[in-house]
Amino acid sequence: MHPIFTSIAIAGPETVLTLGSLAALMLGTFSGKGKALTVTSLFAVAILALAGFTLLDAPAGITRAFDGLYVADDFSAFLKVIILAAAAASVLLALPWLNESGSGRFEYPVLLLLATLGMTIMVSANDLLTLYVGLELAALPSYVLAAFHRQDDRSAEAGLKYFVLGALASGILLYGVTLIYGFSGSTQLDVIAGVVSGQTERSIGLLFGIVFILSGLAFKVSAVPFHMWTPDVYEGAPTPVAAFFSAAPKAAALGLLARVMIVAFPGNIAADWQQILIFIAIASMVLGAVAAVAQTNIKRLLAYSSIANIGFALVGLTPGTPEGISALLFYVTVYVAMTLGSFLVVLQLRRPDGSPVEAMADFAGLSKTQPKLAAALAIFMFSLAGIPPLLGFWPKFAVFQAAIASGLIALALIGFVASVIAAFYYLRLIKIMYFDEPAVPLASEGSSVNGAMIAACALFCSPIGMLAISPLVAATARAAAALFPA
Amino acid sequence: MIGLTHYLAVSAALFVLGVFGIFLNRRNIIIILMSLELILLAVNINLVAFSAFLHQVHGQIFAMFVLTVAAGEAAIGLAILVIYFRGRGTVAVDQADLMKG
Repeated sequence: MHPIFTSIAIAGPETVLTLGSLAALMLGTFSGKGKALTVTSLFAVAILALAGFTLLDAPAGITRAFDGLYVADDFSAFLKVIILAAAAASVLLALPWLNESGSGRFEYPVLLLLATLGMTIMVSANDLLTLYVGLELAALPSYVLAAFHRQDDRSAEAGLKYFVLGALASGILLYGVTLIYGFSGSTQLDVIAGVVSGQTERSIGLLFGIVFILSGLAFKVSAVPFHMWTPDVYEGAPTPVAAFFSAAPKAAALGLLARVMIVAFPGNIAADWQQILIFIAIASMVLGAVAAVAQTNIKRLLAYSSIANIGFALVGLTPGTPEGISALLFYVTVYVAMTLGSFLVVLQLRRPDGSPVEAMADFAGLSKTQPKLAAALAIFMFSLAGIPPLLGFWPKFAVFQAAIASGLIALALIGFVASVIAAFYYLRLIKIMYFDEPAVPLASEGSSVNGAMIAACALFCSPIGMLAISPLVAATARAAAALFPA
Repeated sequence: MIGLTHYLAVSAALFVLGVFGIFLNRRNIIIILMSLELILLAVNINLVAFSAFLHQVHGQIFAMFVLTVAAGEAAIGLAILVIYFRGRGTVAVDQADLMKG
């Protein structure tokens, strides 16, 4: 068989998503006006599930394809499962919102499929070229999604801001890629690693390249010096789109960041990128915790919460050890469930006039009007705050443990303080829901699919979720080991 | 004789011009789009210069990908700008402040 067919078979999820997104576009165009969105959305979920199934019979170990441009291993497979699941949830949770808002166009699931394709390429990138193409394929549909509710001025402005800053970040990342290519002579990650570890003295060109690449990727994960877009885009973009942005792209970009740093820059040069990561992690945790205190809009609050959580996840990457990467993957899995759950509750609530809820003051007395949703949101908030019996505590514990095991005690201490500060605003929302007098009686939108997803996320984040820890940790340890070939 | 350093210097200058074009410009979002193109062109000069210097073809292939993506990016940027202009009636940078970050 020609090697291109072998490669296409190895890249199973990407092949399914490519053909599936094209088919979804056709399906949406040629199905009737009223039901195009529902049909295309269900088809998109089926495609995402099919892409997940192709992961099942993937060969064990590390398989390269397309002349080393692409790699399939346990690390990419683990992240792809999270990305596909988060994308499928994002397609389903948007349906009621899109139908109500008058933006119910079938392009939403198609764009989401294309962005998901980009993310799966990102986590399988073994070459700077694949990295760039995957990143752009994930970013370009995301700009359109942010501006999807185009009648709304805020959505258009969110799309514009996201586009300008995102394109700038891609440019900065690309400039770093050219420097690394020029000073190492290759774009393939393992070849770069060979050149880097053969060098006796530090190469300034490579160092600049690493700084530029880290800046570009820090933008994609919304880590602190490059976080400015996050609150504005989350507030302006349609709520289901903000839910999507907070989950799948974060997992993909963190996976990409981990692979580039661990695989391409091991050994002596690791100390250099670790310093930068320590700064980024501390700044994200502290700013995410402090800036969120003053917020009155729930979407902005969740944006700052995601900045802080990215900081905690980066604490896991900083030591550059298998334990740290395993903790990072554990953190990402739990974070995706917590953030999707919180956004789902926000999406489910309606003011009496039918408009969506955004102000935090509207949550007053939610425990009396919507006790089930209030209980679910309370679980997510306690879990995000890292209160022990809930699942959110354990990944935080794991990343700090990994940092302390590598001697990064100050980093872990600052992280601990930041998580105490962050607990303040999570608990304040719980206080508003449970102890304040109801201001406006909020209604529930009543979608049973979203209700089931909220219940599933809440169950996972509740103490019952601790049953999932041991299989999850086994899977993350296997995935992390793939980045450290013996 | 024009060597690698000269190309790198030109590319670095273009890159810095592009970045400053984005941050110092307060008037027009179209200028931001032009600055973004300038950054991508700086990257392409770098890639082709390194490719010639290393006697490899990889850098030039990469430059082709960058050109293609840049075209798509410009199309999407202009499309978003059009819907923004429809709603607000202006493309001034300092008017884009419905949300304060």
